[in-house]
Amino acid sequence: MAGIAVIDVTKSFNGFTALKDVSVAIPEGSLTALLGPSGSGKSTLLRVIAGFEEPDGGQVLIGGEDVTSRPARARGVGMVFQHYAAFKHMTVWDNVAFGLSVRKWPRDEIRDRVHELLELVQLEGLAKRYPAQLSGGQRQRMALARALAVEPGVLLLDEPFGALDARVRKELRAWLRRLHDEVHVTTIIVTHDQEEAMEVAGQIVVLNDGRVEQVGSPRELYDTPANEFVMSFVGPVNRLGETFVRPHDVEVRLEPDVGSIEAMVERVVHLGFEVRVELVRDDGHHLLAQLTQEEAQQLEVERGQIVYIRPSRETVFTR
Amino acid sequence: MSRYVLRSATLAYLALLLLVPVGLVFFRAFQPGFHHAWTAVSSHQAVHALELTLLIAAITVPVNTVFGIVLALALVRTRFPGRGLVNAIVDLPLALSPVVAGLALVLLYGNGGWLGGLAGHGIKILFAVPGMTLATMFVSLPFVVREVVPVLREIGTEQEQAAETLGARPFQVFRRVTFPAIRWAVAYGVVLTTARAIGEFGAVSAVSGHIEGRTETLPLYVKSQFDNLDVQGSYAASVVLALIAIATVVSLRVFHPREETG
Repeated sequence: MAGIAVIDVTKSFNGFTALKDVSVAIPEGSLTALLGPSGSGKSTLLRVIAGFEEPDGGQVLIGGEDVTSRPARARGVGMVFQHYAAFKHMTVWDNVAFGLSVRKWPRDEIRDRVHELLELVQLEGLAKRYPAQLSGGQRQRMALARALAVEPGVLLLDEPFGALDARVRKELRAWLRRLHDEVHVTTIIVTHDQEEAMEVAGQIVVLNDGRVEQVGSPRELYDTPANEFVMSFVGPVNRLGETFVRPHDVEVRLEPDVGSIEAMVERVVHLGFEVRVELVRDDGHHLLAQLTQEEAQQLEVERGQIVYIRPSRETVFTR
Repeated sequence: MSRYVLRSATLAYLALLLLVPVGLVFFRAFQPGFHHAWTAVSSHQAVHALELTLLIAAITVPVNTVFGIVLALALVRTRFPGRGLVNAIVDLPLALSPVVAGLALVLLYGNGGWLGGLAGHGIKILFAVPGMTLATMFVSLPFVVREVVPVLREIGTEQEQAAETLGARPFQVFRRVTFPAIRWAVAYGVVLTTARAIGEFGAVSAVSGHIEGRTETLPLYVKSQFDNLDVQGSYAASVVLALIAIATVVSLRVFHPREETG
């Protein structure tokens, strides 16, 4: 187990700067998400930590040691890829045993360890299968067992649930969270999905355009975003002039009030407990209000109706 | 209905172009009786030609297989200046007439050629087995490379990177992850290389000097018997060549009956 420090890392590809002076500290034993839109540099940062990309400048420290010029095999990292990277010609058993067998572990120790890991990822019955005979979720759990087998100091997950369908993705997220509580290995997960990052990670690093925008817990990012980008990336947001308002902080009234804004109901979407009201102002600006089912029933809002809104809580960023 | 038309058209085309001519060779070879055909191919000269052909193939195929895999890895997995040029040059033997390849070797190793001086030091390349082997290697170079390159592209680098993070050294990655993924492409390449090495006429003819019983491969023997009006010997040797070719292609089907789908 080991903490990670990324210090002033810069990386460009053919003139495109993927990372600009990125510095991030990842505490030992934490589960950290690198969150950002595509092209933000999050995957490049992960690949620099793994040792697949050599940074143009800066340092990578794992467990306090400078590993910047070490090859990936000597960094003690386990890697899980979006598309599994399963060894297709090997059984599940041989996939998981791979790292141990290249390290020339004795046969009976390999057997015990592989058993232990297959149990951990709940694939005991499928040891003799080939990856092609597994579902996506099973393949990804196999990939995780394979990475964990060599007891890496650091576990790196590159969009690990990106190729799975929504239901399996949700299951695996919860499972990963529980697994991390059990194994405690320092873990970095790359994702573009803010909900996934918030659900799984204890710490989130928000990246945009090759820079770190903010580092914090899910709650800090949501409640006290550092800037407009973070605010709009970690959740839906309305813009009213210079102020930003979350849809659940928009109060909807049928009567005008001091400081309220007039808007027309464009659409009402019922999502069970949550009711989403899409509004349009007379200047053509669109707004989103999030109500509970109860609130929506009391208001009886309908399409085409004129309502008056007021932010109950708003954020202004100083520039 | 149109399916039957398509099917019979394909079969008719194949029959006319391939089966009938090759079948005719078999028919003519055995027409005077099996005994005659056997006598023709067991002559000292014919046996030597066969041995020489197999020797050249036995050198060419392993060398071009190893080199082909290395070249394919270099082309797909690395970036180096002139990669595009190398990629194009690999195809040259496919486009170039084999006689030209042979002549190029004659120019290089012949009297006055850049490496012509080797003959003076007792290293005989031209009109000898080394030159014929070089000519065969030249013309059969692209097959392994061309089979392996698309498969390497398709499998991508993630499996190799996963193996690397698990502690595998570069050669372990190749032996345990990359090679098993490309083995059928390599096998196809080996079959094509073998077939070409055994059947090559033009390039080998240019550098062999046609010394009977010394520098005559089986294809050259077929031609020389034909020219010497020993048509029967020519047919019989042709049958041997055809059988080797059929065996090569069939062996691959036996090992790997299904079409590779990736």
